[in-house]
Amino acid sequence: MSWHGTDAEPRLHIVTGKGGTGKTTVAAALATALAGEGRRVLLVETEERQGISQVLDVAPLGTQETEVSTGLDGGEVWGLSIVAGAALVEYLRLFYRLGRAGDLLHRMGAIEFATTIAPGVRDVLIGGKVYESVRRTASGRAPGSRRGRHLGEPPAYDAVVLDAPPTGRVGRFLDVTGQLADLARVGPIRNQADAIRQLLHSGTTVVHLVTLLEQLPVQETLDAAAELETDRLRIGTLVVNQTPDASVREDVEVVAAGETDPARLAERLESVGIRTSPAMIEGLVQTAAEAVTRRDLEATLEDAVVGAGRPVLTLPHLPEGVGPDAVRRLAAELAAQGVAP
Amino acid sequence: MTDLDLGALLDDSTTSVVVCCGAGGVGKTTTAAALALRAAERGRRVVVLTIDPARRLAQALGLDELDNTPRPVVGVDTSAGGSLDAMMLDMKRTFDELVLTHADPGTAQQILDNSVYQALSSSFAGTQEYMAMERLGQLRAQADAEDSWDLIVVDTPPSRSALDFLDAPTRLGSFLDGRFIRLLTAPARAGGRVGARALGVGMSVAAATLGKLLGRQLLLDVSTFVAAMDTVFGGFRARADETYRLLQDPGTRFVVVATPERDALREAGYFVQRLARDRMPLAGLVLNRVAVSRARISADRARDAAETLAESGERHTAAVLRVHADRAEVAARHRRLIRDTAAAHPRLATVQVPLAGADIADLPALREVAEALCTP
Repeated sequence: MSWHGTDAEPRLHIVTGKGGTGKTTVAAALATALAGEGRRVLLVETEERQGISQVLDVAPLGTQETEVSTGLDGGEVWGLSIVAGAALVEYLRLFYRLGRAGDLLHRMGAIEFATTIAPGVRDVLIGGKVYESVRRTASGRAPGSRRGRHLGEPPAYDAVVLDAPPTGRVGRFLDVTGQLADLARVGPIRNQADAIRQLLHSGTTVVHLVTLLEQLPVQETLDAAAELETDRLRIGTLVVNQTPDASVREDVEVVAAGETDPARLAERLESVGIRTSPAMIEGLVQTAAEAVTRRDLEATLEDAVVGAGRPVLTLPHLPEGVGPDAVRRLAAELAAQGVAP
Repeated sequence: MTDLDLGALLDDSTTSVVVCCGAGGVGKTTTAAALALRAAERGRRVVVLTIDPARRLAQALGLDELDNTPRPVVGVDTSAGGSLDAMMLDMKRTFDELVLTHADPGTAQQILDNSVYQALSSSFAGTQEYMAMERLGQLRAQADAEDSWDLIVVDTPPSRSALDFLDAPTRLGSFLDGRFIRLLTAPARAGGRVGARALGVGMSVAAATLGKLLGRQLLLDVSTFVAAMDTVFGGFRARADETYRLLQDPGTRFVVVATPERDALREAGYFVQRLARDRMPLAGLVLNRVAVSRARISADRARDAAETLAESGERHTAAVLRVHADRAEVAARHRRLIRDTAAAHPRLATVQVPLAGADIADLPALREVAEALCTP
């Protein structure tokens, strides 16, 4: 079985997860792992949060693609922040040859209007930009070029990793046509939505879900996976992020295997020159008990994640926080667990 | 850093509204529910407005489904003369009711049937925040009219940023009062007397382009919608401003919630500054899930001792010491982050809530949280 658990060859990797689970970091690590030698990967964000630039410590991303990092094996990682308004102006320029009229529309407030009044329109514009970056060919590399993919011509990007909205909103975000049902029944926006829908439901696309080993994120992840599957989207991996270090886990196993006897503990500590007090011993015993309880909870949650039947990737907790080095370390972890271009 | 005394805040009869805000996933809803329970059991008549409670917390409060009406929570100790009602915000229904209350039946139906209204009332980014404020205003009016509650505790929507709660209503208001919409709907407002010619070339180009793109029907729906809403509310902006002022009321207290992580604390910092700028009364900062070391022995010392003990075959004791050392290190990291925040906001009162094991599934667990919150 492939690392992503589907038999197709996905090129669009959508990463989602409950807020606070670290999906942006995971998306960056995935892009880094997929940027093998001689390959180009595009890392995209859609909510104007500048999360990618923070995680990779680069200048804020604009609406033009820029190279942001190097892959594990020397490939290129490019970054892009999709903004609905800019996507609309670009779209109008290409399809209606509006040229500078786009500026006029901006001044009139028409762009803001169009991207706000109907939330579906905004998502279609963002989806359209993603669609275009997945389909663009190497020869049509100039941003905004809409040349189709000709037979045998390599794509501009070997993979596109999308830092998608969190699980609470991702279903609606990916259901581009459903949202439009009552608003735009015909016309170019509608056609665009249908094309995006086709891409999202093809073997080219997989959705990865990021979770922590805590009750709410696990529950929300499993619910989201079920919901997305009902919408016939392909679920790739479930990524368990910020797991305790293996050595910490081992220690807790040893603690759990034995009985923590206060008198014996005090005696051992005194034997290595630590002056103990009843409060200290009680604190240690309590800490040990809490760690074991926590381990049991995590084991239950891990079983639930595995029970979803998708490949599970596990990433360690990095106490020093996230940054470019942390992203590379996580990318190496992903590669060690089979993630490959 | 001063201590935040939430117990005194809740007992103070001049406190009439408590708003819990903060970034997503920091325990806002739990904090709101715990404070409400505590106040009720100390004799206040409380209603808690939750936005999107976790399933088990909702069950603990007896909220089985999205329900826009406050209902009594079963199992609350009412011996001190207090009471607790809870509700979960239904944003669509709140919006519908708003329309039905303020419009004549004909106009109301016209609005409710409008496709733009339907999209806006169920999925516009900001509608949830707007409706949470709207519902707060309604509860306040109801409390005054019926003398039913003397304290309202509000949870805020799980936004990306805590500031969204303050900004979204105005954003929605100014969007609907925006220039383009005004121009687009001008003919409808003037009863069709003003033709497109009067709007100038720029406007007709813009309208024609959007018409092609979105379809004429959608633009038509927009103008009908805005015109109808206008007759009802006389400007969204004004209404949003009015709701906003409610938050500056002297009886309102903001409780900012965060966890000891860089992002959540930065978010809380922005929010604290914003409240000060807008003269909104801040009670203080609640720090949830703070790790504390339970034994007075440093991480380094514990690791050294563990190494020596492991060499003489004391694996179990060594493991206990290392587990403690890990925890002590996390606690030290949390302390550093909290200290930095305190240094940046010297007048900010805070209270720390220790890391809890499982999530909240019943009232006794909620009481424990309240106890921790109210013990500075």
